[in-house]
Amino acid sequence: MPAGTLYRGREGMWSWVAHRVTGVLIFFFLFVHVLDTALVRVSPEAYDTVVATYKTPIVALLEYGLVAAILFHALNGLRVIAVDFWVKGARYQKQMLWTVVALWVVLMIGAIYPVLGHAARELFGS
Amino acid sequence: MSTTESTASGIGPVEGASLYTVDNPAPLIEAPRARTKKTPKSTRGNFEMVAWLFMRLSGVVLVVLVIGHLLIQLVLDGGVSKIGFAFVAGRWASPFWQVWDLAMLWLAMLHGGNGLRTVINDYAERPNTRLWLKGLLYTATVFTILLGTLVIFTFDPNIR
Repeated sequence: MPAGTLYRGREGMWSWVAHRVTGVLIFFFLFVHVLDTALVRVSPEAYDTVVATYKTPIVALLEYGLVAAILFHALNGLRVIAVDFWVKGARYQKQMLWTVVALWVVLMIGAIYPVLGHAARELFGS
Repeated sequence: MSTTESTASGIGPVEGASLYTVDNPAPLIEAPRARTKKTPKSTRGNFEMVAWLFMRLSGVVLVVLVIGHLLIQLVLDGGVSKIGFAFVAGRWASPFWQVWDLAMLWLAMLHGGNGLRTVINDYAERPNTRLWLKGLLYTATVFTILLGTLVIFTFDPNIR
């Protein structure tokens, strides 16, 4: 491939890609989540049966992934708003992205115990 | 510089003499996109601008609503383990949480629906593919919003 034909937009492009991918994933979860919540209109048993799958260790891992997607989309969304409305937003977009990533890492570490704790207790005993 | 300007047309001697004079003016050619009485005031709406603004405004509100929702459902008071019909009934007994969930449902579905519309616009190139994907998206979005709204408003804790 000749040099200079592949667009690699560094932080700006990759944060845009991540925002798009997380957004689509969250939308599909949201669709399923409204459907499972709608089961409260069917019967308490139907709802509790489906919610029980949300408490299994494998789905707990998926929930951790959902939290990761939502937190990145939320924090980066605030960065996008800052780029659009803050006069110096475009100039500091890279610094803001690394702030977003740092905050995201801290929050994800904080979410390990609350989101995955019950799964660990179930797998390894308490 | 002895070359003289024989006409007032502004065309110099290099280009040759002008065909037109004050008494024999050039024909007036109308601009191709000149506005007439029949032209509407605006030839396009500002839907895309409103959609762009909506994404930012709903986004800020959703950060609060969704992170609060995650804290309540997945972090506080035993995390996901405590969720069940009784827990839902307890929360929806309060109008505050009904309004919270209703606002979250509408804003998130419209925000996500518009996001997916943008994605379809970007990647689906054939007109037929775009039409069907958007038709499917709008149907699913309207269905989900209506179903969720119905569930929040008609929830019955004594269903059984």
